[in-house]
Amino acid sequence: MSFSTAPDWTSAEHETGTTIMAVEYDGGVVIGADSRTTTGAYIANRVTDKLTKITDKIYCCRSGSAADTQAVADIVSYHLNFQKMDMGEEPKVKIAANIFRELCYNNRDNLSAGIIVGGWDKTEGGQVYAIPLGGMLTRMPFTTGGSGSTYIYGYVDANFKTGMTKEECLKFVANGVGLAISRDGSSGGVVRLAAINKDGVERFVLTGNQVPTFYEDY
Amino acid sequence: MSSIGTGYDLSASQFSPDGRVFQVEYALKAVENSGTAVGIRGKDGVVFGVEKLVTSKLYEAGANKRLFNIDRHIGIATAGLMADSRAVVEIAREEASNYRYNYGLPIPLKNLTDRVSGYVHAHTLYSSVRPFGVSMILGSHTVEEGPQMYLIDPSGVSWGYHGCATGKAKQAAKTEIEKLKMKDMPIADLVKEVAKIIYIVHDEVKDKNFELELSWVGEVTGGKHELVPKNVYVEAEKFAKEALEESDDSDEEDL
Amino acid sequence: MEATFGSTEFWRNGPQPGALYKFPGHVNTTQASQIGAAKRTLAPTVTGTSVLGLCFDGGVIIAADMLGSYGALARYRNLSRVMKVNDSAAIGISGDYADYQFMKSVIEQRVIDEECLNDGFQYTPKSLFSWMTRVLYNRRSNFNPLWNTFIVGGVQDGEPFLGYIDKIGVAYNDPTIASGYGAYIAAPLLRDAFEANPKMSLAEAEKKIDECMKVLYYRDARSLNKYEVAIVTKDGTMIKSPIVSETNWEVAHMIKGYE
Repeated sequence: MSFSTAPDWTSAEHETGTTIMAVEYDGGVVIGADSRTTTGAYIANRVTDKLTKITDKIYCCRSGSAADTQAVADIVSYHLNFQKMDMGEEPKVKIAANIFRELCYNNRDNLSAGIIVGGWDKTEGGQVYAIPLGGMLTRMPFTTGGSGSTYIYGYVDANFKTGMTKEECLKFVANGVGLAISRDGSSGGVVRLAAINKDGVERFVLTGNQVPTFYEDY
Repeated sequence: MSSIGTGYDLSASQFSPDGRVFQVEYALKAVENSGTAVGIRGKDGVVFGVEKLVTSKLYEAGANKRLFNIDRHIGIATAGLMADSRAVVEIAREEASNYRYNYGLPIPLKNLTDRVSGYVHAHTLYSSVRPFGVSMILGSHTVEEGPQMYLIDPSGVSWGYHGCATGKAKQAAKTEIEKLKMKDMPIADLVKEVAKIIYIVHDEVKDKNFELELSWVGEVTGGKHELVPKNVYVEAEKFAKEALEESDDSDEEDL
Repeated sequence: MEATFGSTEFWRNGPQPGALYKFPGHVNTTQASQIGAAKRTLAPTVTGTSVLGLCFDGGVIIAADMLGSYGALARYRNLSRVMKVNDSAAIGISGDYADYQFMKSVIEQRVIDEECLNDGFQYTPKSLFSWMTRVLYNRRSNFNPLWNTFIVGGVQDGEPFLGYIDKIGVAYNDPTIASGYGAYIAAPLLRDAFEANPKMSLAEAEKKIDECMKVLYYRDARSLNKYEVAIVTKDGTMIKSPIVSETNWEVAHMIKGYE
């Protein structure tokens, strides 16, 4: 690659060089993402949807290779759909997270996938699970992922509070993704948000001047 | 069994003209030759009791148990051929283990029952295999689902129960179970009733020696299936024997 | 099952009886090797730093902090790296956390299998250690190591047991063990303490471990001042969590300039 004179977008893999976030609140979860997909420095898609439905009440946030994460998400939703019929009830978020983990761990050397699983089930309510690059799995009260996340650790650690309401969580995620968009070249576009609880999913898109902005002078 | 010898009973893969699969019915007969197994689902757990017939004094005490652990939270009581029991129990353990490995959670009993009964049923469809001569009661207790109990018979069919019995004296045992209000009873009380039922249905004339096996799973065991502790066993057995003596006494009075 | 029934399928397109539905995308090893050179773990991702182990009179103590590092990023600050195996054994791990979770699930299933048999036997620290050495050596021999250092501890026949196994299958026993950065910083401290007092009490051992964890926090850039200990004695295994050491930075006031 380094000897090639062709632009990087001719050979680079589509990556969701991304900012993704998820927060648990009492009764559900809020998830969020930017909308930029890049091929090298070229923006292959400026309105990507990285919040991917797995079941009615389980979503995942995808980061890393677009091809890998779509393939993994498709496999998990196939599997959970089967599970739903087998068990006759909505699958548990923990089971979804474990299938993601299984796939990501077993294929860790061939995959580039950092996934956050967020959803609601009747046993444990709203849950957020992080499955970073190596294929480990851990539940978190909130988590961030993708290239943009590194720029906002300061913001999220300073502003996360336990026991936030759904509205506070939406604001928290929107601000986090907004800050990451402004500092991370690989994140950008709009802010996509979703709140999942016992009643289902509500989705939001923040476009243009709805994307939160902070100090941007220098 | 009026149709014995008509040639339709040699393979599990062939119906008789009147729509029966004799190999499966013979498997049920194998179960009926076995000592009785009882399971009762109470308000806070499940209790199993087995009348294990001891056919020789040369056996070690406690040998050939018919109560099995499948996973931490699941137990099985079997009636029928011992070797077949062990084979199916091994399958159940594998299924429970696979579920844990794939999903990171203990298997729900309903799911395990479906998997094991599917396996048992598959053995009623082919001429190359023999149906399992086993009927088994599966029980579990989890925080989410509470107490659960299912019975699988050699045909591969399964049902959920509050109380069930299988083996030689299943009818008598069911009659006894029906007298209980098991839905309101804690397993600490049910264990005595189970012991009593096993003692009542035991046929002293035909089957001289037997060992009582008792196990439970529920809140008192922290959701773990295990043989009941020695003191509980002794107390339950004492209760059973006393109840039996009382009824014997009253029988004599009637005479 | 295939051996029992030959190649005849019970359920076409379904799982073999007793088997699970295969995850799509699942390839068995023979297929993988036919596709081409298999890629293997070349570097750990989320990692844990040092683990310490120390024998005391009648037991062992194993300690590890709760940080999951992602390179230099302190990404996960609440990961447990010590594990109760049963009433007589515990392990502590450093290295790749995903590989640890894999090993943990295998060990937990084997412990359940043992419990199911209900024959009065369970894994002893020595048998667990011995088995783990084979797993790790086998994995490295297939050029696919589990990227961990495991410290196995417990009590067997009334004697404390402590063992070390690393990703290439190197294994040894010692009354004091430290992995990673701890091998440089904590091992000498633990060794001195043990040689001075081989029959130290649990309280003395806990104090020594706290001292070592504190020094590691001062000097290991991948550490966190929040740790857990597993303690195994004849009375069983317990986990103490979380423990935060009291640190002292007073010396900073005496420093001005750099000469």
